[in-house]
Amino acid sequence: MGDENEAATNVSATTHTTSGEPPPTPPSSPSPATPHEPQARSTVWGVALAIAWRGVHTYVRRPELAIPSLVFPLIFLASFAGGLSALGGVPGFDFPAGYTAFQFVFVLLQAAMFSGLFTGFTIAFDFESGFARRLMLAAGNRRGVALGYALVALTRATITLTVVTGVALLAGMQITGDGVDMFGLYALAALLVLVGFGWAAGVAFRFRTIQAGPLMQTPVFLILFLAPVFVPLPLLRGWIHSVASVNPATAFLDAGRGLISGVHNHTALAYICAVALIGVFTLWTLRGLLAAERAG
Amino acid sequence: MSASLITQVGSLAQRSMLKTLRQPFQMFPIIFFPAILLIINASGLHAATLLPGFPTHSYVSFAIAVAFIQGAMFSLINTGTNLAEDIETGFFNRLALTPLRRVSLIAGLLVGVAALGAMQSVVYILLGVLVGAHLDAGLGGALVVIVLGSLTALAFSSFGCVAALRTGSSEAVQGLFPLFFVFIFLSSSNLPRSLLKTPWFHTVATWNPISYLIEGFRSLYIFGWDQTALLRGFGVAIGLLLLGLLAVQWAMKTRLQRT
Repeated sequence: MGDENEAATNVSATTHTTSGEPPPTPPSSPSPATPHEPQARSTVWGVALAIAWRGVHTYVRRPELAIPSLVFPLIFLASFAGGLSALGGVPGFDFPAGYTAFQFVFVLLQAAMFSGLFTGFTIAFDFESGFARRLMLAAGNRRGVALGYALVALTRATITLTVVTGVALLAGMQITGDGVDMFGLYALAALLVLVGFGWAAGVAFRFRTIQAGPLMQTPVFLILFLAPVFVPLPLLRGWIHSVASVNPATAFLDAGRGLISGVHNHTALAYICAVALIGVFTLWTLRGLLAAERAG
Repeated sequence: MSASLITQVGSLAQRSMLKTLRQPFQMFPIIFFPAILLIINASGLHAATLLPGFPTHSYVSFAIAVAFIQGAMFSLINTGTNLAEDIETGFFNRLALTPLRRVSLIAGLLVGVAALGAMQSVVYILLGVLVGAHLDAGLGGALVVIVLGSLTALAFSSFGCVAALRTGSSEAVQGLFPLFFVFIFLSSSNLPRSLLKTPWFHTVATWNPISYLIEGFRSLYIFGWDQTALLRGFGVAIGLLLLGLLAVQWAMKTRLQRT
């Protein structure tokens, strides 16, 4: 509660708007803060940074939040890379970096998207506990609320992806791409954090209850698993091949696997899809924010 | 068993079944998740049938066994959650104060679970038929699948009861779900053990009792009547049930002392 009160105080200001206009400075401030401080706190970035600090602080201090988001990708990595390694010997499977790297890319991109989704859960939980309502009242510019939670998602993803990468390297994963390729892979992962967050935040702002969790998770889960998760696209047969051929997640996986192996595949398409989805989900989130405002 | 005990167990079993059947959010994952995972995995992993030594040409017949285990895992969570809610609301304490025999408090719940386990096994058999799984052991095999499914749900649910009795919190029971689910992932759920090439994974899957449960179901679908696989499957289910019941007895003592 101490963190929550502190964060709500940090974002406090006198007016509440999503328009982006700075609120008028109060004629006098009873707090010992400097005269410029309240105005700074009412800007988009002022609000966002206060929320991000609180979100990351809560995440680090509460193992029940941190552990599932770390454990799930590791279970997938162990299960898929360890348990299915024989699939690397299927006729027609030819991936230069090996099956562990092939599955690592899926786990990495999935963990990135789920870091965004889990932050949507945080927003929903904050609404249920009443904290988000106080936050909305206190924030000078409410777009900063959405931006702040997006920064939380990126920070959580940084922690998760670092752990997953470390474990994969310890497990003997090979990387045949160069440094620039790896930078491209993690940049793609960062974009997917924002895609996952944009979807989940829009849902969370509209429903404002943790019971909307399945609505946040299930579509993303299905889209990810309707892509070539276990074997490359040419080895899929039947309806799943047709679905995977038009699924944007296929472009993400192809690009990620191309980057880690140094044999580029659909890289530009993946970036274009990710940026387009971020654009769409930014609108979705901001309209959700308006819906949350209207609901009071 | 006296007539009064049968009546007590019957009433509580009926309540246990109705409590699950009347809550769509408990029924939904039991049907939806195993179905969707079966459909996706059967298509996505079809290429595995090309591996030398893979025991069948139909991956869906190979993978359907996992649905029964997933269903039993959801039974574990539902049973634990229902019992924990009864503890949270004080219903369990009020029941304990009535002249009901203590054994019927949990026996009623578990008999209801066994009946639900049989019902969900029938659903998965029908699901298998719909998606093209071939049950090599025929109609007799279907009956064995139902019995093994019911026994597995019963065994798993006893651990859900232990979690509920020890924690008294439905939230804590739900939080254990990932822990139990890990056992499915680290088993021979996706490939036969002979094709698990990563040494540590092969070792874990060999020691994981879930592998033998899965192989028990699977044998009826792809081999017909494989005595060894069935004995191991039933052996693990009965072993887990006995272990679970012992743990329930211990947890009950502690819970009733607290009340």
